[in-house]
Amino acid sequence: MLKLDIFLSALANGLMTGAVYALIALGLTLVYGVLHIINFAHGATLTAAMFAVFVAHSVFKIDPYIAIVILTPLFFGLGYAVQRFVINPASHGNDSNILLVTLGLSIIIENALLAGFRSDTRSIDVPYGFSVIEIGNLFLSTPKVVAFFASFVVAGLLWLLLARTDTGKAIRAVAREKTGAALSGINVDHIYAVTFGLGAACLAIAACLLMPTFLVNPRIGNAFVLVAFTIVVLGGMGSIAGALVGGLIIGVVESLSGLYFGESLGQIGIFLIFILVLLFRPTGLFGAKA
Amino acid sequence: MTMNRRTVLQGAAAASAIIAAPGLVRAQAPAIKIGILQPVTGALAQDGEYGRLGAEIALNEINAAGGIKSMGGARLQMVFGDARSNPEGGTSEVERMQSEGVAAIVGGFASPIVLASSQAASRYDIPYICDVGVSDQIVSRGLKNTFRFGPGFGVVTRTALENLSKLNDAAGKPAKTVVIVHEDGLFGAGMAKLLNDRLPAAGFEILETIAHPTPSRDMSNVALRIRALNPDLVIPSSYYAEFVLLSRTMQQQRIRPKGVYAILNGAASNFRFVKEFPDAANLVMDCNHWADPRKPKTAQVKALAEQGGRFWLYNTPLNYSCVRLLADAIERAGSADRGKITEALAASTFADHIMPYGPTKFENGQNTGAAPVNTQVQNGDIKVIFPDAFADAKPVFPAV
Repeated sequence: MLKLDIFLSALANGLMTGAVYALIALGLTLVYGVLHIINFAHGATLTAAMFAVFVAHSVFKIDPYIAIVILTPLFFGLGYAVQRFVINPASHGNDSNILLVTLGLSIIIENALLAGFRSDTRSIDVPYGFSVIEIGNLFLSTPKVVAFFASFVVAGLLWLLLARTDTGKAIRAVAREKTGAALSGINVDHIYAVTFGLGAACLAIAACLLMPTFLVNPRIGNAFVLVAFTIVVLGGMGSIAGALVGGLIIGVVESLSGLYFGESLGQIGIFLIFILVLLFRPTGLFGAKA
Repeated sequence: MTMNRRTVLQGAAAASAIIAAPGLVRAQAPAIKIGILQPVTGALAQDGEYGRLGAEIALNEINAAGGIKSMGGARLQMVFGDARSNPEGGTSEVERMQSEGVAAIVGGFASPIVLASSQAASRYDIPYICDVGVSDQIVSRGLKNTFRFGPGFGVVTRTALENLSKLNDAAGKPAKTVVIVHEDGLFGAGMAKLLNDRLPAAGFEILETIAHPTPSRDMSNVALRIRALNPDLVIPSSYYAEFVLLSRTMQQQRIRPKGVYAILNGAASNFRFVKEFPDAANLVMDCNHWADPRKPKTAQVKALAEQGGRFWLYNTPLNYSCVRLLADAIERAGSADRGKITEALAASTFADHIMPYGPTKFENGQNTGAAPVNTQVQNGDIKVIFPDAFADAKPVFPAV
């Protein structure tokens, strides 16, 4: 049996990684909740955002945390434009087409990055990259602690946006009943695009929080999006609270199963949960009954 | 293609043109196509790029010096294949090289790629020179076409353990317990098995053997286990990115074993690691491929390799030497015939390479003189600590 502080370290690591997973899952669950499609370009968008952070740091010498201010609106705009001017026209109003278009987009983005950056794994070196916060016997990685709290702040802001603003009301109305929303004067195409933009903005923030400790290569997004998908299923499709709680659970499960079963089997716990949830609670922890 | 009057006439016309002007065809000796196979995309892309670099330097040098003289100065022409960091990528590129008519193939880098690619090449009797792949299965399958110029992990592990005992004895035996960290593929898992067999006999207690996948995004758990076990020595066998992550995480978690003694590690004797993370890299020891610093040619190749801000990695001198070895065999064979090249390789005594081995001598495809070197990162530089014959520094051990 391992000592308690080792267990606590792994637990803390899991919670901190889980918070970033949650942030990535937030975008996915939001788009699912409103557009009722799985955005297959989610992983590729995350990769693109991570490369954007990499370029911002290595070319323009912008710190990843400062890059949040620039990249979040940029990716919101990109997400908005892609949905409004590419996905929406190309789908001809058919939901299953949206799915295929996002899949196509992911292939294009991934290969464009491959062409532009080659397949090398890159990382950025920031002075605080490996600094730690000491709590007793625990050495918590500073960037991960920052990411943990930032993820909660972003989730809170997103919740406020949905609950308290007119745009949020419109998003919820479209999610509930888009024909009805359209009849009461809501521009559904605009709301779809805003939702997509919000999803991309979440990814931009996640990328900025990840890059001080993680690496990036043109396929890195896939690793995250598979986990994010499990979180969305666990938390309940379309639920923000579900994404947050699901993210933390998955992070902890991954970390502890890595510690006890070995790193090679670290992800086995995640997919076990995935299957169990599908079998026994297909609506997820916070999902509305279909 | 259907044969009709027109195509027959076209063919005949082309044939008669060649017969009519034999001088034009003979004036320039035909180029000999050499397949260079490296993973330049995927998890192993960095190693593949530096392997290709070594092959290119050798090919340029040979062509600039007048090509293959026994074949009228025939040039060597590179047919490059990207193994995409997996065995399937390797074999599909071998098929493509076969269709392009290569005389031989050099490279592969990782053991799984080399195993699959050399097997694919053997179907067409294409001579295959393995540049790095250390799994000893590569030369134990009885494939006549497959040659390995560098040492396999059996030899490397033996040397590494001998030197480790020497090191530990000289310091008064401070190290008794060991944790092995290895990537879970053919190379790392095979290495871990060998170490588990041999370390206890050398007087070390193995506390645990920790596997991790390639690529890994996070090494926190591995570091935590090491912290819990508190071993005297950590022996890592991983590729570049994972070892860098592990050593930085260990630094972050304040894990300071008496020594980090890597065997065939992808980063521990890599100047990029040393330059980018000098603190994490300091005093890490490695038993690995290394160019012979005594040979004047080494400095020349190193200078060429380091142009444009690149680093000096062992992949470059190994591939340089392998291509030179092949060129020597073609020179002696006097032919681009695959069978003749294979025979010439099997009888090779090539000595003009830049590795610390003597004249080449293949036994069942394995170069018997191939040997690794022990290095240690000391204050931002990589020093040779064993063998004594060309060591340029004393080992610093224990590190704490």
